[in-house]
Amino acid sequence: MATTEEIRGLGHSVKRKEDARFIRGMGNYVEDVTLPRMLHLELLRSPYAHAAIKSIDTSRAEALPGVVAVVTGEALAAHNLAWMPTLSGDTQAVLATDKVRFQGQEIAAVIAETPYVAKDALELVEVDFDPLEAITTPQRALEADAPVIRTDKEGQDSNAIYHWEAGDREATERAFAEADRVVELSTFYPRCHPAPLECCGCVADVNPATGKATIYMTSQAPHAHRTLFALVAGLPEHQIRIVSPDIGGGFGNKVPIYPGYVVATAASLLIGRPVKWIEDRTGNLISTGFARDYHMSGELALKGDRMTGLRVKLLSDNGAFFADAQPSKYKAGLFHIVTGSYDIPAAFVEADGAYTNKAPGGVAYRCSFRVTEASYLIERLVQSAAYETGIDPAELRRTNFVKKEQFPYTSATGWEYDSGDYEAALDLALEKLGYEDLRREQAELREQGKLIGIGVASFTEVVGAGHGKHFDIAGLRMFDSAELRVHPTGKAVLKLGVKSQGQGHETTFAQIIAEELGLPPEDVEVQEGDTDHTPYGLGTYASRSTPVAGAATAMVARKVRAKAQKIAAHLLEASPDDLEWERGRFFVKGAPEKAKTIQEIAFAAYTDVPEGLECGFEGVSYYDPPNMTFPFGTYAVVVEVDRGTGEWKVRRCVAVDDCGVRINPMIVEGQIMGGLTEGYGIAAMELITFDEDGNCIGANFMDYLLPTSWETPNFELGETVTPSPHHPLGAKGVGESATVGSPAAFVNAVVDALAHAGVRNLEMPVTSDKVWQALAEAGLAE
Amino acid sequence: MYPASFEYQAPASIDEALTILERYGDEAKVLAGGQSLLPLMKLRFASPRALVDLNRIEGLGELFEDNGGLMIGALVRHAQCERAELLRGRYGVLGDAAPQISDPIVRNWGTVAGSLAHADPQGDWGSALMAAGAELQARGPDGTRTIPLDELFQGPFTTSLEPTEIAVWVRVPDPGPNAGGTYLKLERKVGDFATVGVAVQLSFDNGKVGRAGIALTGVGPCNLRATAAEEALAGAELDDDAIRSAADLAAKGADPRSDVRGSADYKRNIVRVFTERGLRKAAEAAGRREEP
Amino acid sequence: MTQTVGVDVAGLTSPVTVTVNGEARSTEVENRLLLVHFLRQTMGLTGTHVGCDTSGCGACTVLVDGVPAKSCTMLAVQADGRQVTTVEGLAGAGGLHAIQTAFHEEHGLQCGFCTPGMMLTATALLADNPDPSEEEIRWALSGNICRCTGYVNIVKAVQAAGAALREEGR
Repeated sequence: MATTEEIRGLGHSVKRKEDARFIRGMGNYVEDVTLPRMLHLELLRSPYAHAAIKSIDTSRAEALPGVVAVVTGEALAAHNLAWMPTLSGDTQAVLATDKVRFQGQEIAAVIAETPYVAKDALELVEVDFDPLEAITTPQRALEADAPVIRTDKEGQDSNAIYHWEAGDREATERAFAEADRVVELSTFYPRCHPAPLECCGCVADVNPATGKATIYMTSQAPHAHRTLFALVAGLPEHQIRIVSPDIGGGFGNKVPIYPGYVVATAASLLIGRPVKWIEDRTGNLISTGFARDYHMSGELALKGDRMTGLRVKLLSDNGAFFADAQPSKYKAGLFHIVTGSYDIPAAFVEADGAYTNKAPGGVAYRCSFRVTEASYLIERLVQSAAYETGIDPAELRRTNFVKKEQFPYTSATGWEYDSGDYEAALDLALEKLGYEDLRREQAELREQGKLIGIGVASFTEVVGAGHGKHFDIAGLRMFDSAELRVHPTGKAVLKLGVKSQGQGHETTFAQIIAEELGLPPEDVEVQEGDTDHTPYGLGTYASRSTPVAGAATAMVARKVRAKAQKIAAHLLEASPDDLEWERGRFFVKGAPEKAKTIQEIAFAAYTDVPEGLECGFEGVSYYDPPNMTFPFGTYAVVVEVDRGTGEWKVRRCVAVDDCGVRINPMIVEGQIMGGLTEGYGIAAMELITFDEDGNCIGANFMDYLLPTSWETPNFELGETVTPSPHHPLGAKGVGESATVGSPAAFVNAVVDALAHAGVRNLEMPVTSDKVWQALAEAGLAE
Repeated sequence: MYPASFEYQAPASIDEALTILERYGDEAKVLAGGQSLLPLMKLRFASPRALVDLNRIEGLGELFEDNGGLMIGALVRHAQCERAELLRGRYGVLGDAAPQISDPIVRNWGTVAGSLAHADPQGDWGSALMAAGAELQARGPDGTRTIPLDELFQGPFTTSLEPTEIAVWVRVPDPGPNAGGTYLKLERKVGDFATVGVAVQLSFDNGKVGRAGIALTGVGPCNLRATAAEEALAGAELDDDAIRSAADLAAKGADPRSDVRGSADYKRNIVRVFTERGLRKAAEAAGRREEP
Repeated sequence: MTQTVGVDVAGLTSPVTVTVNGEARSTEVENRLLLVHFLRQTMGLTGTHVGCDTSGCGACTVLVDGVPAKSCTMLAVQADGRQVTTVEGLAGAGGLHAIQTAFHEEHGLQCGFCTPGMMLTATALLADNPDPSEEEIRWALSGNICRCTGYVNIVKAVQAAGAALREEGR
């Protein structure tokens, strides 16, 4: 390691600074914010998936003692606030006016002295509905005779949203024409939900005297939200302060702007008192940004053991409004990374998006902008290809990997992968697993009528959005920022444009300063989340904080170090070029005793600077990454299947990740284990589904199942290190890798247990009844 | 998340509780553990005018053996049962059911009697106690009466208890020295309701099955006795054929619905598999080996 | 059977005395006030969190007379005369509780939202079973959901706290 135990820069597992408040129960989450004369807002939600609103009668609710106001879409429309823009260039209803378009959609808001009274009042709001046909599948949505959901949009005469393509259609057709074999897989990545433990909410405080709006908000992207608020609500941007305090988990759920935030702000503006809106879990699951809901059809062309072409058709269920949080140029996110870790010379992807009568969203839950979907498809397809060709699934992968020598590698869909060593990760995973022995054991157990399965998935991620030319959200380029100020006594404040929701930024970013400037992490206070006090950034999601804001942090530290060099030269009466930097001090080359520490230099920055140099010791960096980063890895899972019930248990889960240089290995491993658990939950139990009337099943934790400490397996972690060639620290993102790569590993394992009997696919969530069905059909059931 | 308003009483005796209940008629609900009632009230699926809290009443939290059986008081918690040595051995059907109810925190407060009075068709105690031949002792304005569990459950969340009655004791007859039982529950994860649950209790008499109690969770409008299977086993040698045919009968007698937890066929199959596994486990627990 | 609020408030409230972290508080509460809201609003102790509305996540876990309880599934009136321990009551005059130190040392938390409830359930486990196996720990914590950590480090934290407490001889 470059730095000592005293300084603890990169590679040290520094215990977290933020823990101090959390272990004492002194975190400051949005629900903990209490302001004088604060009111409480509760939302009335639609019981119907699709219905015309004939009338809304709020009089009985308004008459309830303790109720201050009841707001409907009509009231908002008078202020041009009934509709708002989404992050994908569409519009979304804040409160329904003409129709409700999904079960759970917001219809009215009650603002009262207590949340208990607000809930009482909700029951007194009377709405008269005229139910309409509920469209619950994108296939139905695109039929010619399907009722149009977005009757509010001029020129929208169907439920189609977009068509998008990537790759080379002709070259791919040729590859398929010349193939020895074509392997197909149609699979559905079901609707799931990030379900962070803390629900979404805000406290909106529009000061009646100054007009300044302070909004405490569960936001993963406070600056972007501030700008969007300014555009939506017509409030001047300098009069809006978004404060994202402690966030109890985000996972992409806290990137969109939800109607509750807008209504609370409008209510505070109109009433002149702070208004708190905290959704309940039902509201969170039924209306906020869900994830996936992607119908995927893949075909892989093979010649012998080589993959020669990949063809994919996608149908995306986007819900009632197109509200994906993703870079504007990519309608299907970064899905076209779908050739994954493999050298496939020709590929073509076409994607269609459709409106349905469900909650809006799709891009969320550690998906890296749809890389979860892509990675799942290719890893499941390759698994099928292994069975069809009779080649071992690990070997087939190895044979087709992009080889180390091939980097930088341009994929058939236009991605430039700058680095990778897929084979090393695969080798390590197989070694840790004891793959050969397990295959032998599998065969032996099969003789005894016992079923185990071994599933491998070798994923390539693409994170760190991103270079401004290609990446923007609602037009805002996806740079990020860091502002550093060092005080006279050698302590520092680092302010960031990103916003942690548990990823440990207060520690890891301080470690970057430690690495670059030699200030130990406890001497660096990291601040994020308050738009009045931090530089502009696009926020934390899609594993971008380390690649982008981490780079900005390194760059700003280097700016400050460059100034330090000049000051040190002045103090040491030497030329700046005669100085060397080592772990927190400058010394004269050849005379190491002639040195000044960074702390001494900091003091001098305010007391003794050379002529012509300004006092002060700070800098700011807005970093535009030249490229994405490409973390990768191999996950390998062993499962045991009960032939009587179809239940499966994970016996082992090995995860080898390559995220380049690890700033804090302890925190990186924590992120991976959390991601593996979410991947396991998605593979095994998590599901939001709808009946034919559009009723949502999965809108509470009795129906939306999350793995507990009992089901969740143990994890064996390993690492390889292939630094990012362009990142100032060689670091890549890692937060989402495990959720991207692991679902296929789990599903591959269960399929593998039954593959000898011809089973090729099981749909997620792979529940025991589905496994049993496959067992029964394959003649394997007890 | 926020219940509607209600009146609240915490009487010091059963008599006082009964008087209060009579006053409210059917507008009051009894509160024991509250782990089923409060969630319903928070979602406003139930909004009783009053709650009558039993938790101040002394003596209701006892779990003990008396002549010829077990007595489980109204405030005996699931966690108490999970820890009780008394519920292992020949009362194993109960000891095996207890840890599988809901999750560990809910088990600290939820009660056995409350669970029976709630009569969720996916409730575990109903099956475990029916398999054990238990009965409920209820006190009402007209005195005490005993209700065998088969007669208690009338349908989903419906029992033969009057709103003015309180379930005070659950009485479980002694299955004899050569007895054993178990409860097998298929749940999607800890804390979920049963996809299917099967409770089995066997009492042996001179090497043959004396009494078989088999009851099913989640495959009918309420907990179901697998009567045909029980009758086929009574007096029989517990060999492989007897086990398999009892399992088939239990499966045939189940009335499952297809839903998110699985198809009716799947659930019926689980009944069969679990009845088989349960019978073998119960027999082993009873210290007997079935004929090969 | 719905009750209209505000028409006749008499009878809809009760006096309670609840001792929270050793401090007795006597006040009149609405009968329907959930214990978690009593703690957060009446007592101003916001360390206990709300994560769901169907008693399924355990974020609201506190100790009632030493026993873990979901404070969202208990009424304040039910805590009358009882002792409640919240996360704010874990640290003593001597400093942090062993469980708090262990969660920090073992990286058993990320966003911190489940942490108070998780730690309280763990302390009750260790009081009952000072040297639990991994299986026993996972079983005891299966009513507390965590979305961030994947539980492995939480298990390590409980093991470390157990060892520290056994060392202290408590």
